[in-house]
Amino acid sequence: MATVTSNPSVAAPLGSAASGPLTVRIEPPRGWFALHLRELWDYRELLYFFVWRDVKVRYKQTAIGVLWVVLQPLLTMLVATLFFGKLAKLPSQGLPYSVFCFAGVVPWGYFSTSLLNVTNIVVENQRVITKVYFPRLILPVSAALSGLVDFSIGFLVLFIYTLAYGIHPTFTILFIPLLLLLAILTVLGVGLWLSALNALYRDVRYLIPFIIQFWTLASPVYYSSQLVPQRYRWLYGLNPMAGVIDGFRWALTGRGPAPSSILIASVAMVLFAVLGGLAFFNRMEGNIADRV
Amino acid sequence: MSTPVIQTAGISKRYQRGLLATSGLLRDSIARTLRSPLSAFRRTNVETFWALKDVSLEVGEGEVLGLIGRNGSGKTTLLKILSRITQPTSGWAEIHGRVGSLLEVGTGFHPELTGRENTYLSGAILGMNRREITSKFDAIVSFAELEEFIDTPVKHYSSGMYVRLAFAVAAHLEPEILLVDEVLAVGDINFQKKCLGKMGDVARAGRTVVLVSHQLNQIRRLCRRVVWIDSGSVRQDGPTHEVVSAYESAMARGDRNDAHQHRAVGSRARFLNWEIAGPNDADPHTLTTMGPVTIQFHLRAFEDLHRVTHGIALYNSERQVVWGTAAFDLEFDAGTHTLAYKFPSLPLRPGPYNWLVSLFQDNEELDMWEGVPEMLVTTESYQHPRDEWSGVLNAPSEFSVCEERGQHG
Repeated sequence: MATVTSNPSVAAPLGSAASGPLTVRIEPPRGWFALHLRELWDYRELLYFFVWRDVKVRYKQTAIGVLWVVLQPLLTMLVATLFFGKLAKLPSQGLPYSVFCFAGVVPWGYFSTSLLNVTNIVVENQRVITKVYFPRLILPVSAALSGLVDFSIGFLVLFIYTLAYGIHPTFTILFIPLLLLLAILTVLGVGLWLSALNALYRDVRYLIPFIIQFWTLASPVYYSSQLVPQRYRWLYGLNPMAGVIDGFRWALTGRGPAPSSILIASVAMVLFAVLGGLAFFNRMEGNIADRV
Repeated sequence: MSTPVIQTAGISKRYQRGLLATSGLLRDSIARTLRSPLSAFRRTNVETFWALKDVSLEVGEGEVLGLIGRNGSGKTTLLKILSRITQPTSGWAEIHGRVGSLLEVGTGFHPELTGRENTYLSGAILGMNRREITSKFDAIVSFAELEEFIDTPVKHYSSGMYVRLAFAVAAHLEPEILLVDEVLAVGDINFQKKCLGKMGDVARAGRTVVLVSHQLNQIRRLCRRVVWIDSGSVRQDGPTHEVVSAYESAMARGDRNDAHQHRAVGSRARFLNWEIAGPNDADPHTLTTMGPVTIQFHLRAFEDLHRVTHGIALYNSERQVVWGTAAFDLEFDAGTHTLAYKFPSLPLRPGPYNWLVSLFQDNEELDMWEGVPEMLVTTESYQHPRDEWSGVLNAPSEFSVCEERGQHG
């Protein structure tokens, strides 16, 4: 990993490149955990351009564009309401089942599409990776962030839908950004491992649909986490998306007690996964250009 | 020399041969680990080779340095290490200043995006910030001569337009240190000249440039100092004319450090050199037209030869045989002969190629020669915007659509 140090004796001229005069030292990779946050910050504009490209291309490729982003969670919610709500009569924590389920489908949709995008992004950008240097970490981060545009649109529809049911937000809605951050970190915590592995092993992408399907069943998207016995709930919370979705539902509707035990377990789990993912991705980063 | 802005010490890079082939699947890796759990910690017998060995260099501020050497000699690896795309296995390098690297034309272009959007995207990927791109935007568009089409998605561009825009973005990159690999070998000749002119401006503006090129004429025009990389090491470092002529004569002798050419010794016949027949002022190893073209090989027979078989093959840079043929029952008197191949057209994609010629008599190899220097093709490229769909043939085509009348009323 190369290190970047500013040369303090030469003042960076105002308005010039973010980096200014600097010295880069190129050395063989060493150490497991050499995170260069300052370098990431220097490349923030490129991060913005990658997010912008993802969003632009995605909306250009589908003929119905934004409409699709609205329809996808809406249709999922309607079908789930018909089968799980009306036929199977699953309990829904005192909320109308459709609201209960919609509030799970929107954050879940963000998580599943973003995880898929993060996993594939290194492989999809192999041409750029083998021709230009930038901190590779920018790629998975950009994929995790570009899903937020779809999420915002979905969230707006969800918000209106909830209001239409006469459920008004309370102060708990202020927790939504924090829960969203938790969701982004979950995507990265898992995605960093998968995207590095995907660059090294061509068969990882076949695993993704299975992982997502498995994970859907293990998350309180269509059923309530209160079905899980109280004493096992912290264990259930080790699935960080359980904390995200439960918390999200609570924050949006303000109903019921805060899912604190699940959330605490989820936050701990996410921090662990992100740190591990960063170390693993950093370790692999140097090899990626030689391997993809 | 002025203060060094690039300094390398003992840079070496080891690659593992066939790394992808041996462990491309996670499934296999897991299976291997399950079968013998300790193997993950054991060093397996992967064949390794050194792409670079102990390269130490200094490049002064404002210097324009040329890197020359055969395909696979390690010059691109060196450039990739200096641009931080790949990391050295040992040694270190220090670079003082903002680096821009240009290893490919159109890096980061996305076919769905418009010319304008791609200009920003590619500019950002190459290291420009938004303000810089905005201020140079008009200059880029007029340099590319694409004013009318700048808001059209690049997937609708012709290959010429695509390359022009990609070049224009790259040509306006103005870092303190510019690392360039062979990118000037594509595009039509006029546009190439324009880009060379722009590069010359960059060099004169006191920026440091490291240029990898097969086009020795280009190197002669732009560089004052040249480093010749051979089999991963610096073979010669000095003023352009000295190093380039040493390189040229070594290439003409068929001299090479690496072992993949075995020429029969004490043979009865020997290929001497090759060239593209044509006007004398042109580089005889650079193909600038799609035809008609004549390629000549000079063969010296040391005695009279009867019933000789002669084979020829043309390889591209990926070692694919692009073309080949053979002639049988040839008779040669002792002396020098010219073997000429006249092609009505030779539609090759731009890039480096190698000729391989052979001479056999009753299954005995008289000579087998991989023509040096390699042939560089610099014709205009007629290609799909995405390289993977471009194929090996560079054929211009006229496309039209017309409705078939009388079939469906």
